[in-house]
Amino acid sequence: MHKKLALIGAIMGLSATAAGAQDKVKVGVIATLSGPPAVLGQQLRNGFQLAVKNLGGKVGGREVEVVVEDDELKPDVAVNKAKALVDRTKVDFVVGPIFSNMLIAIMKPVTDAGVILISPNAGTSNFAGKECNPNFFVTSYQNDQNHEVMGKYAQDAAMKKVFLMAPNYQAGKDAIAGFKRYFKGEIADEVYVPLGQLDYSAELTKIAAASPDGIFVFLPGGMGVNFVKQFRQAGLADKIKFLSAFTVDESTLPAQKEAALGFFGGANWAPNLDNPQNKKFVAEYEKEYNAVPATYAFQAYDAALLIDGALKLTKGNTSDKDALRAALMKANFTSLRGPFKFNTNHYPIQDFYQVKVAQRADGKFETQIDKKVFAGYSDPYAKDCPMK
Amino acid sequence: MSTGLVVVQILNGLQFGVLLFLIAAGLTLVFGVMDFINLAHGVQYMLGAYLAVAFYALTSNFFIALLLALAAALVFGLLLEFLVFRHLYDRDHLEQVIATFGIIIFLNQAVKTVWGAAPLTLPIPEIFSGSIILMPGLLYPIWRLVIIASGLAIGLLLYVLVGHTRVGMLVRAGATNARMVSALGVDIRRLFMIVFGFGTMLAAFAGAMIAPILSVEPGMGDTVLILAFVVIVIGGIGSMRGAFLAALLIGLVDTLGRSFAIDILRLVMPPSPARTVGPAIASMLIYVLMALVLYFRPSGLFPARGR
Repeated sequence: MHKKLALIGAIMGLSATAAGAQDKVKVGVIATLSGPPAVLGQQLRNGFQLAVKNLGGKVGGREVEVVVEDDELKPDVAVNKAKALVDRTKVDFVVGPIFSNMLIAIMKPVTDAGVILISPNAGTSNFAGKECNPNFFVTSYQNDQNHEVMGKYAQDAAMKKVFLMAPNYQAGKDAIAGFKRYFKGEIADEVYVPLGQLDYSAELTKIAAASPDGIFVFLPGGMGVNFVKQFRQAGLADKIKFLSAFTVDESTLPAQKEAALGFFGGANWAPNLDNPQNKKFVAEYEKEYNAVPATYAFQAYDAALLIDGALKLTKGNTSDKDALRAALMKANFTSLRGPFKFNTNHYPIQDFYQVKVAQRADGKFETQIDKKVFAGYSDPYAKDCPMK
Repeated sequence: MSTGLVVVQILNGLQFGVLLFLIAAGLTLVFGVMDFINLAHGVQYMLGAYLAVAFYALTSNFFIALLLALAAALVFGLLLEFLVFRHLYDRDHLEQVIATFGIIIFLNQAVKTVWGAAPLTLPIPEIFSGSIILMPGLLYPIWRLVIIASGLAIGLLLYVLVGHTRVGMLVRAGATNARMVSALGVDIRRLFMIVFGFGTMLAAFAGAMIAPILSVEPGMGDTVLILAFVVIVIGGIGSMRGAFLAALLIGLVDTLGRSFAIDILRLVMPPSPARTVGPAIASMLIYVLMALVLYFRPSGLFPARGR
C-alpha cells in the first residue's frame, strides 16, 4: 500500500517537474460568439489569434495553446466556462470578455484562483476603483472614457444644445453620465430606449422637434445600425451633428455604409492610426479575415503582445505570480495605438481621439482619426484603487 | 407638446402597427388556422431578409431580389413542412414549441455560418428613395409609406382569400374540424401545406420589406416574434381582423408611451424620477395591455368565430 502511494507520488512529482519550463502556456479566450453581438466576439478572437500567429505560436519563447470559449452573453454560462478553463484546462491567462456584465461574472472565479485576467474590451468603473485587482489587467479603456471624449468634443466645439439617447440599462446610464461629465451646455432631452428597439420614428420626431446642434447616442450593435439608417432617412443627418460611442465602428459599418458617413465616435484607436505596427496589423487582419478590424480586434491583439512581452521578462516563467504581475505591469510591448502604459489600477493611460466615418479608396468603410481629444488620459476612478 | 407633434407621433404609431401586422399576419394564419404553434416564424422572417440581401447582391434590383427571395422562401418553407412540421400537426403544443425552437437555434446558427455574424444591409429601391416633409425638419421616407401600403394590401388580400374564396372556406373549415373536412374528401394535409407555405412567404415578405430600414442580422427574428405573439394574443388567435386591429393598437400604445410617458409623468412628479420611471413604464405598456386583455377577454379582443 505504502509502496503504491510512494509510486503514485513519484509519478506526480515527475509530471510536476515536467510541467516546468517546457510545457505550453495555456490561454483561455472568453468572448460572446453567438447571438447578435457575435461579430464583436469574433473580432476579439481573430485579433488574438492573429497576434499568436505573428508571434510564431509562441509567447515569451514558450509554445502557446489557445482555448476559445463562447460566453453566450449569459453570466451563468460565462462563470461555468471560466471555472472550467481555470480548474480543468489549467490556463495561465484568461483573455476576455466583450461585455461588462460578463466581466463582473468571471472576475472572481478567475482572479481568486491566481490566474491573470486580461480584458481586451470591458473596463467597468468598480474594477478601476475600489475593487481593483492585482490579477486583472485591461488593454482597452475604462468604459466611461469613450463617452467622455464625445462630451469634451461637444464642449470644445461650443455646441449649445445636445440631445442624448441610450438604452435603458446600466451601461446606457453610464454613457450619458460620462458625456455629461465634460459637456456643460444645454441638454435638449435625455431619452432611454428599451434594449433591442427596432423602430425609432418616435424618437426621431422628438429629435426633430427639439432641433439640437448635435445628438449623442450610445446604441451598440444592431440598435446602432437601425438608428443610423433611420436617422439618415429622416433627413436629420445634414442638420444635426452625430456624436456617438460604440455605435458606428467597423463591426457595424458594413451594414450602415453611406448612412453613417461623416458621423463621429470617440475611440482610443482607428484603423488608419498612423504608425508602422498598426499599418501592418490592419493589412494582415483584412487579408486573413476579409473584414476591417474594429477596436475589439486591436485590443485583443495588444493583449497577446502584452503576455508575450511579460513572459520575455520572466523568461517564460508563469508560476512566480509576483514576478509575472510586475512584468505585465511594465507593458513590455509596442502597442498598436502607440504610447501605452498601465496606471496603478492596471487600466491603460493612453490617448483618445474623435474618429469620423469615411469611405476608403477600395470602397470599404472605416472610422478615421479626426482629432486627438485627450493625451495621456487616465480614468478618474484610479485614485480610489488601493493598489499603488 | 404641440398638436402637430402629437399628430406625427400618432402617425408613427400607426406605421409601427402596420409593420407589426405585416409580421404577425403569417403567424396568426398558421397559428390560428392550423392550431400550430410555429415559433420558427421569426427565423423565417429573418431568412426572408437575408435572402433578399443575397439576391440583391446578385441582381442589383430590389424587386427581382424580392421575388426570388419569396420563391426561395416558399421552397424552403415547403421543405421544412415536409421534413419537420408535417410530423407535428397531431402532437401537442409543447412538442411543437420544442421542435420549432430547435429550428430557431439551427437557422440562426446556419445564417451566421453562411453570411457571417456582422449585420448586413439592403438599400431602399431607387424609385422609392425620396421622402416627404412631415413637419419642419423631419422627413418621412417614402419607403415607409410603401411598407404601410403593402401591409394594408396584405391585410386586404388575406381578408379576401380567407373570407371569400373556396380555399379560404376549406381552410376555415379545416381549422374548426379537420377530421370532418377530411371525411368529406378534402386532402387536409395538402391544404395545411399550402397554408404553411403561404405563411412562410408572408414572413419572408415582411423580412424583405423591412430590411431597408432595419439591420439584417442573426437573431433579428427573435425580438419580432415576441411582439408578433403579443399582437395575435391581444387580437384573438386565428382572427385576421383581430391581428390587424391589435397590431395598430400596440403600435399606437408603444409609440405614444415612448413619446409622452416622461412628459405626462413630469406633471405629477419631479423631472429626475420621471426620467427613470418613464421609459420603464413605456416599455411595459404593451405587456400590461396584454395582461389586461387576457384577464377580461381571455380569447382576445376579436376572437375568430367558431372557436
